[in-house]
Amino acid sequence: MSVASQAKGQNQEILRVEKLNKSFGTNHVLKDATLTLRKGELKVLIGPSGGGKSTLLQCMNFLIPPDSGRIWLDGVEILGHKKRELYAYRQQVGMIFQDFNLFDHLSALGNVRIALTRVRGMSRKDATDRAMAELDRVGLAAKAGLYPAQLSGGQKQRVSIARALAMDPKVLLLDEPTSALDPELIGEVLAVVKDLATAGMTMIMATHQITFSAQLASEFVFMEQGAIIEHDSPAALLAPGACTRTKAFCAKINELTGEPV
Amino acid sequence: MLEEYWLFASERVMPGLNAALLVSARLIVPSALYGALLGVITGAIRVYGPKPVRRVADAYVSLFRGTPLVVQLYFWYFALPYIRVGGFAIVLDAMQASILGFALCSAAYQSEYIRGGLLSIRSGQIKAARALGMNPMQTVLHVVLPQAVRRALPGCGNEVVYLIKYSSLASIITVNELTGTARSIAKATFRPIEAYATVAVYYLLLVTLAVWLLRWLEDRMSIPGFERPRD
Repeated sequence: MSVASQAKGQNQEILRVEKLNKSFGTNHVLKDATLTLRKGELKVLIGPSGGGKSTLLQCMNFLIPPDSGRIWLDGVEILGHKKRELYAYRQQVGMIFQDFNLFDHLSALGNVRIALTRVRGMSRKDATDRAMAELDRVGLAAKAGLYPAQLSGGQKQRVSIARALAMDPKVLLLDEPTSALDPELIGEVLAVVKDLATAGMTMIMATHQITFSAQLASEFVFMEQGAIIEHDSPAALLAPGACTRTKAFCAKINELTGEPV
Repeated sequence: MLEEYWLFASERVMPGLNAALLVSARLIVPSALYGALLGVITGAIRVYGPKPVRRVADAYVSLFRGTPLVVQLYFWYFALPYIRVGGFAIVLDAMQASILGFALCSAAYQSEYIRGGLLSIRSGQIKAARALGMNPMQTVLHVVLPQAVRRALPGCGNEVVYLIKYSSLASIITVNELTGTARSIAKATFRPIEAYATVAVYYLLLVTLAVWLLRWLEDRMSIPGFERPRD
């Protein structure tokens, strides 16, 4: 994937974060996290729970304001204290949550449409058309009128992806999008992620779906105790004979699920 | 005996009460609407407002929940005209003073229900709204309040039921609404049983009507997929 996109000359830098730090009290949960997302690539955050993956993703769009560090989108530095710029920045950085966070009082269509009308200022008709197109893209056009409580977990997560995509984000942050799903429903969400990757969406995803992401990821980023301790292509990190923390971690996961690395 | 009661009630009590019913409605409806609106605003400020404004809202609620409504009505009707600021004083007639008193008192209670509703909204809803680029105002208006108001609705309806009954206190600052009129009839005819029993039925009917309206509103606003025990 990364080789292919570089061959197309698409190694333009989209999002870069440098030395992000975050502490909650004396608990230093994010330590000097630095990474760069290039156009069309999928970076995958892996590592044990509590390792700082979620904090890193939420710091990247200031849902958790980092204590220190710098963030650039398309080469323009984003300053978290300039509110108007921050809200404009968040529109360009889509976020997918582990527990979906669909707005409970709105139908699937309403969920996808609300930011278009209220934040983007689109007319109701244009917003409806756009929202329907996005729902169609995740295979849920027929479910547009249903409310979150009437949807399965996998459908909810696909609606939340449609909601993020409707804002035309330059990059998507996915925080364990399948971790709250039954094994049977994981596949339908991963299929959407795969479609997006194939279509060239720039993404960073925290996940425990090692086998799936090894096929798509341009890079594995391994986080433990708040720090990025390894990052390289999945092939390099998981190569036979490689002596990496990532490989040990993946071996343990796959031992449980019975899949080979 | 019942026949005699009915005859007296229909000829001597009900004509007066029917006219007074309109006065009561003109007290209750605006008080309930202003009270609900101010209650939602106060509740939202008490949860999401900047600290100094939050303090002011909290103080307002403590004051109006902590003092008798009769004292508040006396204040708006009898004391307010004596407060002069630069030679100006606000003089309210009895209706205005009552509506002001009821709305402010009702809003203080409503804000407590709304506050509870707001606090029950999961933080993920707010995170999702912020992640879409909504500012705090848009987040509260379009995501949090619509859900919080639904959850607060049964409590808020309860407060409206209270309001219907405490509107009777307007009679002590000379408004001739249902209770005041019933008292006049009782005094003039020396038939307090008929007068007060009849007016009680009027309140019971008003409350029943309000409960129906509130239930209809709750049903209309219910979100599909959430279990509703009544269905």
